[in-house]
This record gives sequence, C-alpha cells and structure tokens, in this order.
Amino acid sequence: MQQGPEEKTILQDVPWPDEPPVMAPGQSFGSVTDTIADAVLQRPIGLGWLLGLFIGMTLIGLLMMAVTYLFLVGVGIWGIEIPVAWGFAIINFVWWIGIGHAGTLISAILLLLKQTWRNSINRFAEAMTLFAVACAGMFPLLHMGRPWLAYWMFPYPSSMGVWPQFRSPLVWDVFAVSTYATISAVFWYVGLVPDLATMREKATHPAGKKLYGLLAMGWRGSARHWKNYEALYILLAGIATPLVLSVHTVVSFDFAVAIMPGWHTTIFPPYFVAGAIYSGFAMVLVLAIPIRHFYHLEGMITMRHLQNSAKIMLATGLIVAYGYAFEAFIAFYSGSTYERFMMQNRWFGQYSMFYWMLILFNILIPQVLWFPKIRANVRWLFSISLVILVGMWLERFVIIVTSLSRDYLPSSWGHYTPTRWDYAVLAGTIGFFATAMFIFIRIMPSISIFEMRALLPEAEVKAK
Amino acid sequence: MAQIFHRSANSIARLSIIGVVVIVSVLLWAGLEMQRSPYATYQDVAQAQPVPFSHQHHAAGDGIDCRYCHTSVESSSFAGIPPTKTCMNCHSQIWTNAPMLEPVRESFRTGQSLIWTRVDDLPDFVYFDHSIHVNKGVGCFSCHGQVDKMPLMYAANSLQMEWCLNCHRAPEKFLRPRDQVFNMSYQQPSSDNPVKLDDGSVFTDQIALGNELKHRYHIRTVQDITSCSTCHR
Repeated sequence: MQQGPEEKTILQDVPWPDEPPVMAPGQSFGSVTDTIADAVLQRPIGLGWLLGLFIGMTLIGLLMMAVTYLFLVGVGIWGIEIPVAWGFAIINFVWWIGIGHAGTLISAILLLLKQTWRNSINRFAEAMTLFAVACAGMFPLLHMGRPWLAYWMFPYPSSMGVWPQFRSPLVWDVFAVSTYATISAVFWYVGLVPDLATMREKATHPAGKKLYGLLAMGWRGSARHWKNYEALYILLAGIATPLVLSVHTVVSFDFAVAIMPGWHTTIFPPYFVAGAIYSGFAMVLVLAIPIRHFYHLEGMITMRHLQNSAKIMLATGLIVAYGYAFEAFIAFYSGSTYERFMMQNRWFGQYSMFYWMLILFNILIPQVLWFPKIRANVRWLFSISLVILVGMWLERFVIIVTSLSRDYLPSSWGHYTPTRWDYAVLAGTIGFFATAMFIFIRIMPSISIFEMRALLPEAEVKAK
Repeated sequence: MAQIFHRSANSIARLSIIGVVVIVSVLLWAGLEMQRSPYATYQDVAQAQPVPFSHQHHAAGDGIDCRYCHTSVESSSFAGIPPTKTCMNCHSQIWTNAPMLEPVRESFRTGQSLIWTRVDDLPDFVYFDHSIHVNKGVGCFSCHGQVDKMPLMYAANSLQMEWCLNCHRAPEKFLRPRDQVFNMSYQQPSSDNPVKLDDGSVFTDQIALGNELKHRYHIRTVQDITSCSTCHR
C-alpha cells in the first residue's frame, strides 16, 4: 500500500491511548522480511503441522471415498428426496461461498478505503477465499448427479441447439461464482508477485529459487515495475469490490426468485451479503488466531486486527439479526397464510430446534463482543468465531429445509434426514480446506511482506 | 550472484502467454469440432450388416415403395423392420442360390430373425414417432436423406438435437404435400418447378407452401413443438 507524504505512518495511527498498534514497535524492513519469509524457508517442519496435515488429508480421503461412491451410485446416497431436493449440498455451497467473502472484503474494499491495518491479514484471507470458493464449487457439481456434464452449464455452441436458461438464477450463479473464483485467484497471485521475488532472493535451495523465480515472473522491483504494479493492484481491487456484494446477492436469488414461502423475499440479498461477511470474518479469526500463535506473528497480526474483525462481526451480525427480525415481521404483516405458516413452522415445527440454535449462535452469543474485555481475549474470540460459523451453517439449513419440507401443498410435505454420506462430504471439504491452508502457510508468505514494509516509518517519503 | 534463469527465459515467458491462448483456443475448437464430427455422430458412416442390403437397388432400381417393407411407418412410432418373409416374397423366386443371400434363407429356414445394425439411432431419452411426422408432411428424405442412392445404408444426418430443432423451429422450410412424403425425387417448389396441391392451388415458393401446409395439416405452434416435453417425456 502506497503511503503518500501527507499521510501519517500507520504505526503512530493509534486513535486511543490504549488501542493496540497495527504492528508491534521495533520492526524494520529486514526484520519484517525475515519474520515472514523464515516461517516458510527456515522453520523446520513441526510435528503439530504434520498432525494437522494428516487430519486434513484423512478427511480428503473420506471425501474421495464419498465422491467415488456418489459417482457410482448417484445422489440417492444422500438424504435428499422430493420435496427436500437441495439438502446438504446447497447448504454447504452457500456456507462456503459466504466464508470466502471476507477475504475479498479485506483485500479489495479495505484497500480502496485505505484501511492499512488490513495489510497483515489480507494474504491468508485471500487464500482462505480461494480455498473456500473451491470447496463451494464442488457442491453444485456433486449435486448435479452427472458432474461429467458440468460444462453444460456454460453457454457454448453445443450440438443441442439450446442455450442455458438465462432467466434462471442458477445460471447467474455459474457466472457469479466462476467470475469470483477467477478474480480472487488473479488478485491473490498479483498480490504475491513482489513477495515471490523476495522469496526467490531468500531461498537457499536451488529448486526453491527456481520455483519462486518462475512464479515471480522476473520481478526486479524497479520503480517502473512498482508504478505499473500499483496501478494494476488498485484496478483489480476496483474490479473485485462489486463482487463482494454481487456474488452472494446472486446466491440469494437462487432462493428469492423462487416462490417458496420463506424464500421469496426482497430482504434476501442484503441479508445474505451481511451473513457472508459475518461468517467470513469468523473464519478469518479461526485461521488468524492459531497462525499468529504458532508462527509467533503476534507482532504483525496484533490485537488490533482481531478486535477490528470482532467489531465487523458485531456489525454484520446485527444486520443479520435485523434480517431475521424482518423475515418474521413481514411473514405476519404480509397477511399471507403460507408465509405465516412458514414462520410458525420455523418456530415450533419439526426443525424448530435448529431455528432456536441459530438464534442463539448467530444473534445472542455474539452480543458478548460488545465488551472490550471479550474482544481482547483471544480464546473468547476463537470460540465465538466457531459458534458463528456453526450458526451461519444452521441459517442455511433452516432456510432450505424448513421451507422445502413444508411448502404450499400439505400432500407433498416431507422430512429431510441427512445420511452419513452427507456428513462425509461436508467433513471432506473441511479437510480439503484445512489441507490447502496447511500447505499454503508452508510454501507461501502468509503475510504480505511488501505491504507490511510499507507500514514502517522507514517507508515514509521524506519531503524536503 | 549468478542468474537463476538463462536469458532465453524472457522470450519463453512471453511466448508462453500467446502459447496458452493458442493451446486453449485449439483445444476448445477441437472439442467443438469433435462433438459434431462423424466420429461422434456416425453420420455418413455405412454400418456393417448381416446382408449387404442395398436401398439403391431395391428402392430406385426396382421401384419398391418404402412402405412395402417399413409397413408401420404411417401408423406407429416405429417404421418397422420387415420380417424375413417379406424378403422371401421375391427371393424365393429370384436369386434363390445367391451366396450373398444365404443368411436370409437361413433365417427363413430356422425362424431366427436377421439382426440388423441400427443406422438411425436416437437416444433412449428422446420420444420420437414416425407416424406424426409422415402424416404432417415431413418427407422420408428430410431425415433419412437420398436413401435411393445409398448402396449401403448410412445416417444422412447427425440426429443431434440442434438438427431436430432446425426443423421444429421452422417446419415451413421442409414441409411437403402428404402425397409426396415417400417420393424420393420430389423437388421443393421453385418458379421452374411449381408444386400443385389437390385443390388446384399452385406454389412456387417453399415458405409459402410450408405455411399453407402448416395451416392445413394443423401443425402446432413452434412454441409447442419446441417445448422440452414434446420430445423428452
């Protein structure tokens, strides 16, 4: 992040005397580079890391097994059945894609808003986005029944002579998610280039030098490089910014455009976006807290970052609470029998337990974040983030399953029970996500080196 | 410090940008070509049959009507494959000792049907009915091509969905009078070759004829006949 001469360095930018700094004092260009790069290049492979990777890979094994069986037998191995034809696959899809949103918010919107505190968390948050989108992308494919024909979703001059149904939000989804995945990947990679050059210089093993050198694409750090780079980076941030809002808006259209009671509401887009950022920041904290602890990065991912994330969670959580309140209000205000029944069914029906758990996890428990002492406590933050992640998963469960299982016609009502294969695929994607993160923090600088250096007093431009 | 890469790496890197675009484009192009190629559709590929039956010889040479063998084409979804007895109507009298026809005679002796290889094979998820097409003025030729010029039978068209829709989206381009459905030498109307209907009206333009026939034969709207469930029931 560029620092103009008129701007103060972020290190002195402490709004209140007891506010923790964005970076611990005593850092220099060299120490920042060493701390971040050595976590990859010098630090030996630890037992804890290996254990984590092992667990992740075991879950991937489970995923492979579940997916193989799914391909052999079909989606009937899952609990989905008419009328609840969406089930876990779509719940997990929406959940994962929501988690990704925080990464884009941090890297794009906070960059444009010159929130320089983002500099130490954007790299792994973007990686989190990528891996979460990869997990999300699996579910519609698996849910399709014949995933080898997935390319049918794209408009191409096929021999069938028909195009995908462009009036369907499910087709908008294809574009929203694939655009999102592409931009996230490009943004993440472009952000890595100067750091890859640093890694190239610092790597001692010739293979490492070659690998990082190849990926750094000949970055020399010349003034011209930087000039073009800054322009590109801001531009990409500009392109990525609308995606934070658009992707989950389109995902919410999957529901809002349908006429199911409980889905067909205009509040869905904003409340889905808020929910996405809510769960995304929860995931950022779930990742940041162990990373800073085990890699001794407390000087870079400081309490300031954790507290800011907690505040964003509090704010987006309240938007989500507003969404729940208005869903209930409109259900009765509308005068529609079906909407009213839907709400009563959520409160007292066969899945009411999940609704009240959702209220507890998403609305009530996170209110403790109002207390500064809680926000300053790493263990509390970690636990609340996990609670929110579960809560946001339950939200999608409640939306999908209660509405589908009790639609207009009582004769077509049904019950949904997930099978062991539903759980296996969900656990498998969590394993995939964890494995990808474990590998990522060992081969790439998990904090942006050059953006951290820009925060130092040394980086300040001295006007004569 | 020594350079990690040779100077040529710069050129290779630049080339690789174009290379990726070219390779991806070629692969996409190849995929699109492949899906419509005879390799995938078996269009124009003559199939091996138990007896090298020639439609050219029987239909054009001997002048046998399509319906002599394909008896159910006007009343059933299936055009009908003739029983061996139909072959023997003639071949008990002519070419009785031709070695080529031994499988036919054997079939007749034993009562075991000849097993022909299907040439125009629609996927099982497509509902298709010969009778409706024949009765609404779709000529045999429109789908099966110039059968009277085929020494060995092959599919004249791809039978892909886009090909079906070609006609379902604009049937007027292909319709002919009912009495011309089985006529292999029928020509679409032109100023040199006007087509006359039963009531004496004359057409010199296919679209005009097609629209008139659409009306007379009560052919349903394009919206109806391109609806998914018309063919995928």
